[in-house]
Amino acid sequence: MPSNRYSLFSLLRETLRGHTGWQPAWRDATPQAAYDVVIVGGGGHGLATAYYLARRYGIKRVAVVEKGWIGNGNIGRNTTIIRSNYLLPGNVPFYECAMKLWEGLEQDINYNAMVSQRGVLNLFHNDAQRNAYIRRGNAMRLNGVDAELLDAQAVRRKLPFLNFDNARFPIQGGLLQRRGGTVRHDAVAWGYARAADRLGVDIIQNCEVTGIRTQNGRAVGVETTRGYIGAGRVALACAGNSSRVAAMAGLRLPIESHVLQAFVSEGLKPFIDCVATFGAGHFYISQSDKGGLVFGGDIDGYNSYAQRGNMPVIEDVCEGGMALMPRIGRVRLLRHWGGLMDMTMDGSPIIDRTPVDSLYLNAGWCYGGFKATPASGLCFAHLIARDEPHPTATAYRLDRFARGAVIDEKGMGAQPNLH
Amino acid sequence: MRLNCPCCGPRGLEEFTYRGDATVRRPESPTAPAQDWVDYVYLRDNPAGPHRELWYHGAGCRSWLVVTRDTRTHAISDVVRAVDVARADKEGAGS
Repeated sequence: MPSNRYSLFSLLRETLRGHTGWQPAWRDATPQAAYDVVIVGGGGHGLATAYYLARRYGIKRVAVVEKGWIGNGNIGRNTTIIRSNYLLPGNVPFYECAMKLWEGLEQDINYNAMVSQRGVLNLFHNDAQRNAYIRRGNAMRLNGVDAELLDAQAVRRKLPFLNFDNARFPIQGGLLQRRGGTVRHDAVAWGYARAADRLGVDIIQNCEVTGIRTQNGRAVGVETTRGYIGAGRVALACAGNSSRVAAMAGLRLPIESHVLQAFVSEGLKPFIDCVATFGAGHFYISQSDKGGLVFGGDIDGYNSYAQRGNMPVIEDVCEGGMALMPRIGRVRLLRHWGGLMDMTMDGSPIIDRTPVDSLYLNAGWCYGGFKATPASGLCFAHLIARDEPHPTATAYRLDRFARGAVIDEKGMGAQPNLH
Repeated sequence: MRLNCPCCGPRGLEEFTYRGDATVRRPESPTAPAQDWVDYVYLRDNPAGPHRELWYHGAGCRSWLVVTRDTRTHAISDVVRAVDVARADKEGAGS
């Protein structure tokens, strides 16, 4: 009976016997009649929620119900960036909680997620932007998050090939979070799935939820393409499909689904050793371990469930890239793709109870859900297990729009109206 | 994706600005219940399928358009001027 634990010894053992003893990383579970908690959505957030429910809150009869396969959605469609360089009180502790979990993730789940704290550098191009970044950096440091302001010379030493003397957008410096970086996104899904599975969580793939059954205002189970599954509590972590699934329980959300595109170039020798963002447009770039440049920009800006976008945004992203680093002009694009963003109206997420008893909602991650994955899972698990918000996620309430307590970190959201 | 503007003909997406769901209605009275304003400002049906939405042809004729588009495929089934929709609504409400 081989041990399921990955280690140097397991690697050596399998090397010696021709890699014939590896087991599937998780069981292909068939749905049981009922669970204590049914999580709808087997993306990063759903899988992390299941893991923390079983690991930290002792709830083991948990199912994750996924309409496709694990890693098919946004967890495999992002630009792999992690950071906690936030400004507002409701956000900083939460994203720092996520960053601390990233730092211990691989040991915790016994899976190599290639967490690489290579630094996230946000460039600024004028005095007002420098002042805004000084303020942001100070807010981060007040909350115990690392932040470092670099002047133009320090940026030049780090990334000498940037277009510092761009006539419209000269680079004056940048705000650096050294603990930020990248994580292998698919490995996050696989690692959480494997770790949750080992704790007894059922991961049920190719099982689409078609209805939420309620009795006397209380969610009691989900109808699926593989039959009815009873549930003590139902937890929604459906990202771009949140509005559709919540509508099954009669809810209308402050969310629009939009498409966000991302891009990978052909493989190049290493030349960008951090994550860099252009401050005068929307462009962010890093280099994967295979050498491909991974970059992205804005959402396309119209409602979409199509998981693909259009040319104007591709041009806009590439123009941002050319303004920042003209040397990538002759690099060929290898592939690009789109994901569905659950854009809330203030640009911040929702982790909360709903008006339906026993129905919990985790949604509205806009285009920043990946970096939040571990904290989102932990806080959602806390909410489901204890029926009260986790201390670091008290601001992400569903009713904050009605109360006027919106969290407008960057004035983003579905319709930022910044132009 | 190209929009067939009633005034200008088929034009590229970069000439237009998207302004969201065309079915939400501003409450008639400023003293309407707060929940009506919350519905209008924040809550959306966000359908996967046909969606009636506003586009502004800023780099063309500057018309406001009501476009019916399938959000699953981006296929556009109808483009009309918003002013015509508003007139029809008004006549419908008056009759």
